[in-house]
Amino acid sequence: MSTAYHVVVCASLVPDPLQTLEPVAGPAGPALKNEAMLPFVLDPWAAHALYEAANLARNRPGTKVWLVSLGPKAKLQQVMMTVAQKAPFEFVPLDGSASGFAEASAVAAALAEGIQGIPGLDRSKLLVFGGWESASRGAGVTMSMVGERLGIIDQFQGVDELKIQDDGSFEVVERLEGGQHQVSRCAGPPALFGWATGHLPEPKNNPQIGMINMRTLLPALQKARAVQLAAAGLSFDTVVLPRQLRETRIVKDRSAEEIAREIIDWISK
Amino acid sequence: METLLFLAATEPDGSLAPSALEALGAARSLAAALGGCSLTVGLQGQSVQTAADRIAGCGATRFLGVVGQDFGSARYASDAAAAEALVRASQATVVVAPGTSRLSRCLPGVAQRTGGQADTHVTALGARENRPFVNRWYYRQRMEAVVQRTQRPWIILVDPGSQPPWDGSTGNTATVEMIELNLPEAARKTSVVGVRAPAADAQTIRPDANLLFVTGAGWTKKQADGQAHVAEAEQIILEFLKRSRASLGSSKSLVDLGGEGQAVLSFLSHLNQIGQTGATPRHPKGLSTCCHGEEPHTVGWRFINERRAISLDPNCGWARGKADVLYVADAFAVMRETNKLLAAKT
Repeated sequence: MSTAYHVVVCASLVPDPLQTLEPVAGPAGPALKNEAMLPFVLDPWAAHALYEAANLARNRPGTKVWLVSLGPKAKLQQVMMTVAQKAPFEFVPLDGSASGFAEASAVAAALAEGIQGIPGLDRSKLLVFGGWESASRGAGVTMSMVGERLGIIDQFQGVDELKIQDDGSFEVVERLEGGQHQVSRCAGPPALFGWATGHLPEPKNNPQIGMINMRTLLPALQKARAVQLAAAGLSFDTVVLPRQLRETRIVKDRSAEEIAREIIDWISK
Repeated sequence: METLLFLAATEPDGSLAPSALEALGAARSLAAALGGCSLTVGLQGQSVQTAADRIAGCGATRFLGVVGQDFGSARYASDAAAAEALVRASQATVVVAPGTSRLSRCLPGVAQRTGGQADTHVTALGARENRPFVNRWYYRQRMEAVVQRTQRPWIILVDPGSQPPWDGSTGNTATVEMIELNLPEAARKTSVVGVRAPAADAQTIRPDANLLFVTGAGWTKKQADGQAHVAEAEQIILEFLKRSRASLGSSKSLVDLGGEGQAVLSFLSHLNQIGQTGATPRHPKGLSTCCHGEEPHTVGWRFINERRAISLDPNCGWARGKADVLYVADAFAVMRETNKLLAAKT
């Protein structure tokens, strides 16, 4: 018998990877220069988590997906215009900072509170998804703390594969060092998964899915709860760009053999 | 005054991994910089005595252990329970641990349980005016911050490869205070089944390699004759890896081609990906081929010391201060010659 799940995906917003980023000192600590003007995208690993959740829902009738996202309301709206066309979900927006300099534990508290406030969420069916690290703070701390706040002690990070078995248990494949994977078996929900890349390609935009999502998405955005993130004793002495501009020697008009010899000399040193 | 705990999980044979010895070196340096700070060692695993004896001479005043079959495998529930017990028993205010996949999975949760905070991917740590600080990177290695915290315990996970390992005397015996910990049944809901590792001859990720060899999307594109030569590209790359013992990386675009139904290099996976949504490995040297050196990719080169690139485009991203040397040439031709020369050497 097919088991239905309640999948909650936590996903933050990050500046488009192609943008040049520069730190500046803000009134509440470091920030990004012209942060409000930067185009944002859904955090890449968290986006993979959303695609995996959508795939799970497609294959498990009755499964519901929620997307809980913390960010400035205007940015959430901008990013959702695209994301809403990728996968069906119910949106739970939290209006607050998406800064990478925000305290992970404060973000975790806000996300956990957002999850606990979802009406009808069944803990016995609960799978919490997210990215194993963000492209902003890049710490891999937030999801673990969300899990702890929800009392979930079956947690997996760097997940590349989740296979649901016939008996309701699941097999989880997590990344280890050196290109290896650890395989675990978990008896069932609740569980938390910090996704790495997985194996699914990014879904193509589907305007029909977008239209369905938009019916609930915009009203949810209007009612988004404002969240203030406490610094929790965190302070930044400095935040700087690496000053490592190299003097690039450009080698042209040399034969392949000459270049090969130079490369071998170099790697042999 | 701070109380410092060095925390590590032992390997299946009871020893300590090199990353643990690196974190121990960092913990000792921090303890010395903090002045009057005591150092405790906390070890968890199926057995810890071998590891404790290995570092008996590290200057720690206490050795604590959580041992048993339940703590042998890398499972969140048991690892977090063991680490929590060690943190509480040591009354540590600062915890330094290696940033392995195992401890990175569980220690942020332990920080939550013990009312503390956690910082991961730490690349340097020290103290000023008896207050610890750490260096870590934000926005995927695009900016570096120096961070302090007042909340305790402060759990610090040190990035493997970023610190010199502790290399102190061996041959001593440590007295380990064992902490009794009965794991509740609920913490056994998950069991580790095993580890999947590529076959030895198919293993292309080699963290200890001297050279990182990175392939870009150009390897699968049409060449001067109007044809793609993916099979030849695979043969050239694999031969180079075999002969040079380099570790293989890839740009995102090349990895993503598989999802788009295009021809791909069969041995590449997302695990090889270097950059914004991939890895940031540490190697002394890096050679990039058929890659344009775009920013999302090159952030993954932050910890590569010497960088060279082969590209047909003299104005590519590598030319703008990202590489030490840019060879404007056909990577197929250069790597073919390189393989010939390497073969002649052996």
